[in-house]
Amino acid sequence: MATEKILMPQLGESVTEGTIGRWLVSVGDKVDKYDPIAEVTTDKVNSEVPTSFQGTIKELIAEEGETLQVGEVICLIEVEGASEAPTKEQHPPAQQEVATSQTASLNEDQSMKKRYSPAVLRLAQEHNIDLEHVEGTGKSGRITRKDVQKLIAEGGVTPSEATTAPQASQTAPTVANSETQKITSSGSITAAQGDTEIPITGVRRAIANNMLKSKHEAPHAWTMMEVDVTNLVNYRNALKNEFKAKEGFSLTFLPFFIKATVEALREFPRMNSMWAGDKIIEKKDINISIAVATEEALYVPVIKQADELSIKGIGRSVNDLAQKVRSNKLSAEDMQGGTFTVNNTGSFGSILSQPIINYPQAAILSVESIVKRPVIMEGGMIAARDMVNLCLSLDHRILDGLIAGRFLARVKEKLEKMSAETTSIY
Amino acid sequence: MPVRSYIEAVTLALREEMQRDENVFILGEDVGVRGGVFRATAGLFEQFGEARVMDTPLTESAIAGVGIGAAMYGTRPVAEMQFADFILPAVNQIISEAAKTRYRSNNDWTVPLTIRAPYGGGVHGALYHSQSIESIFANQPGLKIVMPSTPYDVKGLLKAAVRSNDPVLFLEHKRAYRLIKGEVPDEDYTLPIGKADVKREGEDITVITYGLAVHFALQAAEKLAEEGISAHILDLRTVYPLDQEAIIEAASKTGKVLLITEDNKEGSIIGEVSAIIAEHCLFDLDAPIRRLAGPDIPAMPYAPPMEKFFMINPEKVENAMRDLAEF
Repeated sequence: MATEKILMPQLGESVTEGTIGRWLVSVGDKVDKYDPIAEVTTDKVNSEVPTSFQGTIKELIAEEGETLQVGEVICLIEVEGASEAPTKEQHPPAQQEVATSQTASLNEDQSMKKRYSPAVLRLAQEHNIDLEHVEGTGKSGRITRKDVQKLIAEGGVTPSEATTAPQASQTAPTVANSETQKITSSGSITAAQGDTEIPITGVRRAIANNMLKSKHEAPHAWTMMEVDVTNLVNYRNALKNEFKAKEGFSLTFLPFFIKATVEALREFPRMNSMWAGDKIIEKKDINISIAVATEEALYVPVIKQADELSIKGIGRSVNDLAQKVRSNKLSAEDMQGGTFTVNNTGSFGSILSQPIINYPQAAILSVESIVKRPVIMEGGMIAARDMVNLCLSLDHRILDGLIAGRFLARVKEKLEKMSAETTSIY
Repeated sequence: MPVRSYIEAVTLALREEMQRDENVFILGEDVGVRGGVFRATAGLFEQFGEARVMDTPLTESAIAGVGIGAAMYGTRPVAEMQFADFILPAVNQIISEAAKTRYRSNNDWTVPLTIRAPYGGGVHGALYHSQSIESIFANQPGLKIVMPSTPYDVKGLLKAAVRSNDPVLFLEHKRAYRLIKGEVPDEDYTLPIGKADVKREGEDITVITYGLAVHFALQAAEKLAEEGISAHILDLRTVYPLDQEAIIEAASKTGKVLLITEDNKEGSIIGEVSAIIAEHCLFDLDAPIRRLAGPDIPAMPYAPPMEKFFMINPEKVENAMRDLAEF
């Protein structure tokens, strides 16, 4: 004895369901093949459903008035003579075995481990991820976009960089330093015996990437002006001891230079702008990035709204930020939002430098060493004057020489006028 | 909100538009007394009379041609092709006249004509009652092709088509007519032609499709969710011109894209969708763009196993989605 199913038949094109109007048989009735067993109504036709088997009605599954999808079981019939059909039950286990063995082999297969999709490559480049160290969860060990996104969400660094500061890749320090340009991902340079290999930290790599990005993307132009700061030097030297005693920190030359720069930036807003691909954005706020060196790296913290500060206020900000860098307390916030960079290369004794622009800013100004030089003054007299070189690198996409030249000349003019009579530090 | 079938939404939209605007009228084979072979116009002849629900001879070129002329004259005809397969004699009228009249007359003449046609297989209709014909019309600027998947979309888009001042080919999946039910408000509303719709939000894979396959994808997505696979499903709704912005957004979201059509694979709508993604999303793609489509054979077979082989079904969609998710 076997049980057969009678299904809801399809009673016309577009008909996908039918309603049992009336059962013409009851449980236990004997039926011959093709005997009508139920009336079915649809939107289009009403019809009698015949049985496809000879046998005894075992169970009426659908109730009168119930609507069923085409292909659903409406009743069961016990068919005499037929043996239980065993065929179907035996197949699934075999198939399952095949499936599981396939899954097992898939997990071991790493043939797709190094086959990177465009999305994975892009993310790895943007976030500086070494794909060699990433676990792939895709087919045959492939690294998926989600794998990389997950890694970025969890901190964005590969195992080899895991010990470095997590903020490093986002808030990148940058400054003129020719050494950084040599760092590439190329593995073709090998160390000889006796050489020291220094692993690349996250900060180092961030510096390298930002330098590279700035040099690659921004066509750099460079100009320099020399400035006579004799009056300024006299002024500051007259103030410095009293200032230190009163305020508790040293009054250096840098705040004066920053002051002259921010005043000039207000007059030349294009210098305080950014390249944004399809447009140039002139920034409303004047936030000055300054370079602060440690043994390992250079950081570029930001003096926010520097145009609203006095020379003393700028001096305090410079001092505070330098302290934070040295005590390793710099926050990501401290390094964000810079719109123009002033770089104090003079502190190393340099008299000439060619800074790399702090991407995506428009320009960077280097203040070199103040040195005493003989200068031919008006009237032909030679005098010993305090001279300083100001070096400006500019993004030639945003700026041409004209604006940059006028800007620099304005900074020069302001600095040369700075003295006790014209300038208050408060 | 009342639940209605796909075909009830068609009838409702037609009735509301005919009540709203007396310039709207229907013409086609058996649309009047018979109420349409699928019953899409049931009751309209009784309500609006023979002047506004007109039975035509078996001449599709004339159904389209009369519709175009009447539309140019200021009415808003809704022409029915009994089956989309029968539209071929009307292609010249639709492509050469309806699609181009506005352009050719420098905006002096417009053709506010809607042509409705049931398409698609899976109903044992075989050769003359199962074809997908959208790609024939899908490079004719001036024409719009709308292929809704849900009763809600049917009502909103059919009303928008009737009100459109340019010709719209409105293709209804005949298997969806009574299979697909959904909430359809009684209120008057339209939906924008040319806008795709996200039918399900997801993170792992993106499925872009239209018509009945949207439901197959939604069913498969439910099952796959239990396995931890999250599918994002975009319903194109208008297949020409395509909603490029929505396609780019959906494809970029997951980087793994499966495109589905019931039509023959080569030269189908999804080939164009694939090109849009390739042009705009290369650096977001995490897998080759996949296509699931009917085979490139001349017609839908009649024999049930062969029809099953040809047709897209939930099982095929589910397998394709899972395979892409695992890539």
